[in-house]
Amino acid sequence: MALGFTLTYLSLIVLIPLGALIVHSSSIGSAEFLRLALDPRTVSALSISFGSAVIAALINAVFGLLLAWVLVRYRFPGRRLVDAMIDLPFALPTAVAGIALSTLYAPQEWLGPYLELVGLKVAFTPLGIVVALVFIGLPFVVRTVQPVLTDLDRELEEAAATLGAGRLQTTLRVILPPLVPALLTGFALALARAIGEYGSVIFIAGNIPFVSEIAPLLIVIRLEEFNYAGATVIATVMLAISFTMLLIINVIQAWSRRRFGYGG
Amino acid sequence: MAVDALQSSAATTHAVTGETIAVRVVLIVIALTFFGLFVFLPLVVVFLEAFQTGLQGFIGAITDPDALSAIRLTLIVAAVSVSANLVFGVAAAWAIAKFEFRGKSFLVTLVDLPFSVSPVIAGLVYVLLFGAQGYFGPWLKGHGIAIIFALPGIALATIFVTFPFVARELIPLMQEQGSGDEEAALSLGASGFKTFLFVTLPNVKWALLYGVLLCNARAMGEFGAVAVVSGKIRGQTNTMPLQVEILYNEYAFTAAFAVASLLALLALVTLALKTLLEWRFGDEIAAANGH
Repeated sequence: MALGFTLTYLSLIVLIPLGALIVHSSSIGSAEFLRLALDPRTVSALSISFGSAVIAALINAVFGLLLAWVLVRYRFPGRRLVDAMIDLPFALPTAVAGIALSTLYAPQEWLGPYLELVGLKVAFTPLGIVVALVFIGLPFVVRTVQPVLTDLDRELEEAAATLGAGRLQTTLRVILPPLVPALLTGFALALARAIGEYGSVIFIAGNIPFVSEIAPLLIVIRLEEFNYAGATVIATVMLAISFTMLLIINVIQAWSRRRFGYGG
Repeated sequence: MAVDALQSSAATTHAVTGETIAVRVVLIVIALTFFGLFVFLPLVVVFLEAFQTGLQGFIGAITDPDALSAIRLTLIVAAVSVSANLVFGVAAAWAIAKFEFRGKSFLVTLVDLPFSVSPVIAGLVYVLLFGAQGYFGPWLKGHGIAIIFALPGIALATIFVTFPFVARELIPLMQEQGSGDEEAALSLGASGFKTFLFVTLPNVKWALLYGVLLCNARAMGEFGAVAVVSGKIRGQTNTMPLQVEILYNEYAFTAAFAVASLLALLALVTLALKTLLEWRFGDEIAAANGH
């Protein structure tokens, strides 16, 4: 009975609605679908979404690893507070993050003037999209790397040191390799989330077509124009990208379980 | 003070497996600067901007009739979607953990599916189903039922995006616990429902609370999915995040940040409770360390 209810609820809320999207997009016809999918503005929006998501996920992989390292290995005042606040991007509504980031980085406001001194314009440029996506994706990397780092066997590092390895050599060749699957998973999760992100981006992006217009925003614009076919095509392409990402994450985790004995 | 803390920890850790004090300080400073710029400062901005015109302005902004109506709608939507997903989460975890059937791992993947879908797409699918030009649009219109641009649509979209929260906390925990306790209760003559109420539920109560907490935070803060289905009618179909957007786009910055600060406060309370649960009941929350 519980299973029947689970399947019914899952179908009604998730599967049938997503199915409706697929059915709707297949009713468009393949020639028309291709024409809409290859529309320059659509292609540009998709590549801006994907490109900024990749850059943001890379930044998060580097700084997320560093934050996880610092939180696990070092003791400093405020460590527990920082540790708890890493999850803020999960808990803070995206619209709130969006207006806060865009105010923080706007030209006349908080950090804007200082950034302009070094020639950086963040708010209302493609760089702003990356900033918002870094905010959104950070916890994914920290929270996947952190538990693995905590469980890492310190004796391996001692062994490396007794065998004459320097600290840098130990870090690169003993500590980093087992972290790679977790890092990849965190990267992929942050990337997957960033590609579809909407709320935190639209306030800071400037939303100029072909420059800083993300794919989810173009879906909203098409819907407001009652261009359902246009919206459906972008959504279908994005859904395909998401499912590919999901598949990649599962492959990384399966590989990591075989290779390192944990799920990433 | 900072140096003391660093040194005392250097003494307790293995000397050969640590970095020099200089390296530590540099790494900590870089990490905290990054954290400050991307996570901490945005939060500070929200509260300082909210009180830009003082307490009076803040109170005026959050007691505005449209803001109050947005708060009311957000609370209703959160209550509906959290309860719906709570019931589903418990049922799904129960079915997956206590019974054997084919395709179980596929079902677990499907439960997580909404996390991989852009919130805007979550809204779009309901527009395609229930919108004026949607599959059920004409029928709904004929019967005078409004789903899109009304409360049911907002609730549905919110249920979609918060779908996995409770289930994903419970599934690993209940799988780990197995069904030994339930079998004992059943063999002693308890009914199925009684077993569930007095054996299963107490075993998972903290994980359940944890899931509800995260589910609620997301439900109250959802923006993309709700923006697509709500129609943004002031005082009627505006939730708090949508009200923030409208005020901000009208350059009513202080008012926008005042409403936003309520949501930020909710996020902070959620984080505090979540951290508390992880500290006190970490063992009883299976996924405490991972999302």
